[in-house]
Amino acid sequence: MLQDRDRIFTNLYGRQDPGLKGALKRGNWDGTKLLLEMGRDWIIDEMKASGLRGRGGAGFPTGMKWSFMPKVNDGRPHYLVINGDESEPGTCKDREILRHDPHLLIEGAMLASFAMGAHAAYIYIRGEFIAERIALQKAVDEAYEAKLIGKDNKNGYPFDFYVHHGAGAYICGEETALLESLEGKKGQPRLKPPFPANMGLYGCPTTVNNVESIAVAGTILRRGAGWFAGLGRPNNVGTKLFCVSGHVNTPCNVEEAMGITFRELIDKHCGGIRGGWDNLKCVIPGGSSVPLVPAEQIADAYMDFDTLRGLRSGLGTAAVIVMDKSTDIVRAIARIAHFYKHESCGQCTPCREGTGWMARVMARMAEGRAQKREIDMLLDVSTRIEGHTICALGDAAAWPIQGLIRHFRHEIEAKIDQYSANPHSDPIRVAAE
Amino acid sequence: MSVRRLAPETVQPASFAFDKANQAFVKEQVSKYPEGRQASAVIPLLWQAQKQAGGWLPRAAIEHVAEVLSMPNIRVMEVASFYTMFNLEPVGTHYIQLCGTVPCHCMGAEDLKKVLKKRIGEPGHVTADGKFSWLEVECLGACCNAPMVQINDDYFEDLTPESLNALMDDLAAGKPVKIGPQNGRLKSEPKDAIKTLLEPGLYDGSAVGSWKKDFEARAAADKKAKEEAAKAKAAPQAAIPASAPVSAAAAAPARPAREQSNARQDTPAAGGKIVKAKGSAAGNAEAAPVGDEHKPELLAQPRSGKGDDLELIWGVGPKLAGMLRKMGIHHFDQIAGWNDQNLAWVDQNLEGFKGRAQRDDWIGQAKKLMTGWRPDSPLGEKPTK
Repeated sequence: MLQDRDRIFTNLYGRQDPGLKGALKRGNWDGTKLLLEMGRDWIIDEMKASGLRGRGGAGFPTGMKWSFMPKVNDGRPHYLVINGDESEPGTCKDREILRHDPHLLIEGAMLASFAMGAHAAYIYIRGEFIAERIALQKAVDEAYEAKLIGKDNKNGYPFDFYVHHGAGAYICGEETALLESLEGKKGQPRLKPPFPANMGLYGCPTTVNNVESIAVAGTILRRGAGWFAGLGRPNNVGTKLFCVSGHVNTPCNVEEAMGITFRELIDKHCGGIRGGWDNLKCVIPGGSSVPLVPAEQIADAYMDFDTLRGLRSGLGTAAVIVMDKSTDIVRAIARIAHFYKHESCGQCTPCREGTGWMARVMARMAEGRAQKREIDMLLDVSTRIEGHTICALGDAAAWPIQGLIRHFRHEIEAKIDQYSANPHSDPIRVAAE
Repeated sequence: MSVRRLAPETVQPASFAFDKANQAFVKEQVSKYPEGRQASAVIPLLWQAQKQAGGWLPRAAIEHVAEVLSMPNIRVMEVASFYTMFNLEPVGTHYIQLCGTVPCHCMGAEDLKKVLKKRIGEPGHVTADGKFSWLEVECLGACCNAPMVQINDDYFEDLTPESLNALMDDLAAGKPVKIGPQNGRLKSEPKDAIKTLLEPGLYDGSAVGSWKKDFEARAAADKKAKEEAAKAKAAPQAAIPASAPVSAAAAAPARPAREQSNARQDTPAAGGKIVKAKGSAAGNAEAAPVGDEHKPELLAQPRSGKGDDLELIWGVGPKLAGMLRKMGIHHFDQIAGWNDQNLAWVDQNLEGFKGRAQRDDWIGQAKKLMTGWRPDSPLGEKPTK
């Protein structure tokens, strides 16, 4: 188990004071000026050497992302935008950072902004997090008052931090949709290129990072890239917040070293699987967008990017949704399909029409009111959505269904058999709607 | 996508204007964004308008926000109808949003739905006393505390049908309620079984500054390495890789290659090979040398010990491939990731081969090779461009 002194989010559970006084005691804002004085290149090199991979789901190296910002300012301001639109089903880690460790985030934002030549950072918090927004704003006000940030501050780098919020659109978690939304438009993703590093917010160079990726920066720089890179497994280093929900005895958020095994994570922190390990059916290891992994494959797997990709799933946001044998898995995936239908922004035809089609078919399959050949048709349609849209929502809608068919085709078939074995007043439909 | 329309005319108020407190709010919000970008404030303003109008957005409020922000009505209408937190129809005083997405679904959201259906009715229906209405919404981001609902601004987590019933009774009676988990948990910790973050040393301030000693030692080592590197640079054409400070700690791996290319960068400038490249794209690069800030990411060693076969790039032979490897370029994805300046930088450092990289569209070729595609001939395939 990770030692307490190696944890970055020391107020994860909100049992300490989230305000500036408590934060200073926990070592936030400790020597920020010293770190800034080390220079822009040093910060980026340290972040690269630390091996930190973005915590928002895709796992792109954070230091490299920062280095994509133009080194020379061409007159346009640079922006850091922090993605706090945490809406991936299963994910509830940024919420804890926002309300319990806000100063880690603000300090990280200052360091990151400095490294990319930005003097302003915007954070986009999902609209539903109202209490969290107020908590963060309070911390920002404290930091301004203590002259830690602002035009003329103790740390010697002019920096402003603005809190912005959305209004309930999952798609705004996609970086370009987030920028559109921040500009006051509908959150519909942009075509790339141009990439945000060249043309982002207001047409200026912008980097969009997840809340967790930014919040860990200060501690990594203080304790050194070597410390962070020494935790976890090769290419999957450092600590990560895991959000374990579903059928475990004590669901919780917990910070652990990457590459902890699933079994250890559940036994140490979550009190085991409800009804014991034999009762485990499957796990969605990285938020609803990644395919599920059946019990026998996940039980002793390492929880990191590369291992889970090898299992044809992904670590995503490390939102671990555990399902025991009482779960009607077809119905659960049908609920995910409904989610993507609801959250498709409507811009690309394959996604707008496809998510609705898949959700309707899945809803029928959940009842068994379908034909077996429709399973392959569904698989085929899902591959025609995947990869044919501007953003990854199309992929995210397709993957859970592909995962279901890959591992639990027999359950869909059993439902169909059961339905057709019983008398019903309405005829079985021949083709999909 | 969901179809969302404005409420029928019969319930729409005739007019809407921000009250005094909210006018100050508008000012504060707009000031967060650069000059001329006040449209950014549209979501916060619509949200505030919805609060003032009693939990939903009448047409007049949408139009008022458009006026305040000097935006066309339709742009604000688009925003109001796109984002699902804007209620376009009236809601109850206690507006309940039930999270129905997978983690909550697994943990009993269906049972909560039955309670709400029984007590309130269908989603969107406002009870006769105007107190309650509910809606099933998508993930609210409190999955470790499933199942949960949001009532107006507040989250109520770890619910059971009984505790939801009790909560609604209290709300209906106007009694104070406890926000957050309803089962005795504080936040999202493992209930009654906290095993982490117990070390008192984390919280008494004793850890503050303890990193500095270690940090300064590392910084000093780093500085020393830099000085040595500068020395190596000052001695032109000195034995190049040997001078790389291997002793320097953590950040070193990328360094030897970089030192090496720095030294190389210094030497060719005065060389007389400029005329050769005339007329090609590289001619421009010679005219205005690309600075070191455009140096691409270089690797001292190929990742996992084995580089890609660079000779598969059309125009790259054994000599040039060797030169690239020496420079720190081993993989197609390295080349594919360059921008034009990176390419120009490499080009001007290819002694004897200047201009090749740009002429032969290495980036395009590398991108193609990265996909796993392989040319028919081991010499590569001539780019069509």
